[in-house]
Amino acid sequence: MSDARTEMLSRIRTALGTSTPEATSVPREYRAAGEHAAGSAEVLEVLVDRLVDYKAHVHQVAAADLPGLLAELLGPGSVVVPPGIDAAWLAGLAEVEVRTDSREAPLSAVELDGIDAVVTAARVAVAETGTIVLDGEPDQGRRAISLVPDVHVCVVRTDQVVQTVPEAVRLLDADPGRPLTWISGPSATSDIELDRVEGVHGPRTLHVALVS
Amino acid sequence: MSTFLGMPATRTGRGPSPDAAPGTLGGVGRPEDPLHWGASFPDAAKAALENDQLRRNLGNATATIRSKRARVVGEVPDWEALRDAGSAIKGDVLARLPELLEELERNVTARGGVVHWARDAAEANRIVADLVRAKETDEVVKVKSMATQEIGLNEALAEEGIAAVETDLAELIVQLADDMPSHILVPAIHRNRTEIRDIFLERMGDAPPDLTDVPRELAMAARAHLRRKFLSAKVAISGANFAVADTGTLAVVESEGNGRMCLTLPETLITVMGIEKLVPTYRDLEVFLQLLPRSSTGERMNPYTSMWTGVTPGDGPQEFHLVLLDNGRTKVLADEAGRSALHCIRCSACLNVCPVYERVGGHAYGSVYPGPIGAILTPQLTGEKSDLPYASTLCGACYEVCPVKIDIPSILVELRAREVELGGASPDAADRVWKAAMKAASFAMADGARFRRAARVPRALRAISRHGVIKRLPFPGSLWTRSRDLPEPPKQTFHDWWAEREDER
Ligand code: SF4
Repeated sequence: MSDARTEMLSRIRTALGTSTPEATSVPREYRAAGEHAAGSAEVLEVLVDRLVDYKAHVHQVAAADLPGLLAELLGPGSVVVPPGIDAAWLAGLAEVEVRTDSREAPLSAVELDGIDAVVTAARVAVAETGTIVLDGEPDQGRRAISLVPDVHVCVVRTDQVVQTVPEAVRLLDADPGRPLTWISGPSATSDIELDRVEGVHGPRTLHVALVS
Repeated sequence: MSTFLGMPATRTGRGPSPDAAPGTLGGVGRPEDPLHWGASFPDAAKAALENDQLRRNLGNATATIRSKRARVVGEVPDWEALRDAGSAIKGDVLARLPELLEELERNVTARGGVVHWARDAAEANRIVADLVRAKETDEVVKVKSMATQEIGLNEALAEEGIAAVETDLAELIVQLADDMPSHILVPAIHRNRTEIRDIFLERMGDAPPDLTDVPRELAMAARAHLRRKFLSAKVAISGANFAVADTGTLAVVESEGNGRMCLTLPETLITVMGIEKLVPTYRDLEVFLQLLPRSSTGERMNPYTSMWTGVTPGDGPQEFHLVLLDNGRTKVLADEAGRSALHCIRCSACLNVCPVYERVGGHAYGSVYPGPIGAILTPQLTGEKSDLPYASTLCGACYEVCPVKIDIPSILVELRAREVELGGASPDAADRVWKAAMKAASFAMADGARFRRAARVPRALRAISRHGVIKRLPFPGSLWTRSRDLPEPPKQTFHDWWAEREDER
């Protein structure tokens, strides 16, 4: 094995030879940030527009109304939540069976498959691309929980919404080792005649609760 | 192999065996060499042009994706700046490849991953097969990956009694039909919904008998079919879109969630990645995560992107292997004029705009890498004589859309010159390929506006004139040199040139 390593590295050095392209500095003339502040009305408007375009359901609520919204969205049934979720969010879930999943006490994939929905927080959202990023921290949970259940309710605080991709990457760069899931709408395929069909293997329904 | 100056009329012995002929489902079978199979380009192109269904499928699909791409690229005010950055980052990667690979290895290892190095397809397949067998399983789930297509991994695993289940919808369609992919992003682009329904009914085993050809129903059939496999799989195999040297982070960009399933649920994950897939820093992702989705599926962002760094205790696979693949890439790197082919992020935009690809489809190129990028990458990877550099009009539309600014037309010209040096394609044979490409393209080129704007021949001619001393190029370069003075690049568009050439006849 180390033979292959040595040989590949030496092949590369030989290939580059004397004609090694100069290690040039990268021009970064592109926008490092948008013109609107995180959480501003302009940014939120764009995010909502993009999410709706990708067939996500968007609910803009005040923090006090979130428990009511969750109760309405989850109805009777079962839900899995990450260990660090804000307990107040779940206060209205009278008829819902709530399971907690954590790295220490994970549910199996088969168990998750039997659960109707998942509620998570988010790390950051990108308005221009309609993207929500989860980074696996305790309020978002293991990657599997936001994947296997068919309905994902993602709670995003308005101050977490940035305008551009570079703004989000800068934020995520603080903890690059965290497992990330970037979500832009429900799962979809364009494999049949390039016709977009929403809902394949990931959650077929994505609710985004934008909380101010 | 008996070739006539690199221009075999039929690539006997390399194509699918006759008994692999897939009958009613129309698949082409699985070739022995994924980079070199099927009939010669002119023959395959001719057959494709005679296939009305195929041309309709391709025409519809490429037209749809072109307009989607144009719309979402148009709304990005700094698109050109992103392309410049993307191109420069990839140039930097190649210049510092040894140190960056070592840095990646260090970081992946530090986070609990295991890094393997594979000089060629056989070595990579051996590594993967041994890893799978050690897990005592005979079925693995797979995320669509060009690298594993290129090395024929599924076939190699099958020989060891391991079934590799493709989980991307289009790859599943191709696999079930015993077919080959015809597009690097939408491998079943040559199939329409009715054909897909028929394939599912005949081969899937558990497709609902009353399945219709509504895309939503077809997607749901695939969901149900694969669900059990995802939930029980012990090992997954993926490719990677990007690997970040300074953190050891891997990224996979996808749509359906099959990627997330594979990257998250199994205990063991094996990722096979070409050595050029690196980016130096985490920050560089901000460039490529803007360039790739808009260029490929014409979306502002693809539905899902997964990133992981080694092993995260308690979350996702607890065993992670990264196989770094050469398989000809160092040969490409050694070619100063052509090495920028390694910038490619496999977005497929160049396929979708190509007037030749649009008409002949992916299979005509006889490689898992078809279209403009395939016409340069395939011969460079194999280092063999090839007629593919002639399978282009040099119209330049591919360069215009390439998110990392690979000057494909110029590289094609360089490769043609190299073919001549290699004693490759004879003038007659090259002429046949060139004519086949021109004939295929003439239809799309005739629908003017697209190409009148995009197609500026001079770019490729500059490459010709770089050869300075060449007064008159061997055919078909002679078509260019004869009609104008070099090195002065003409202002004429391809469209005009083509019209003029037609008039001269
Ligand atoms: S060559 Fe450029 S346009 Fe073509 S697939 Fe690669 S990155 Fe995309």
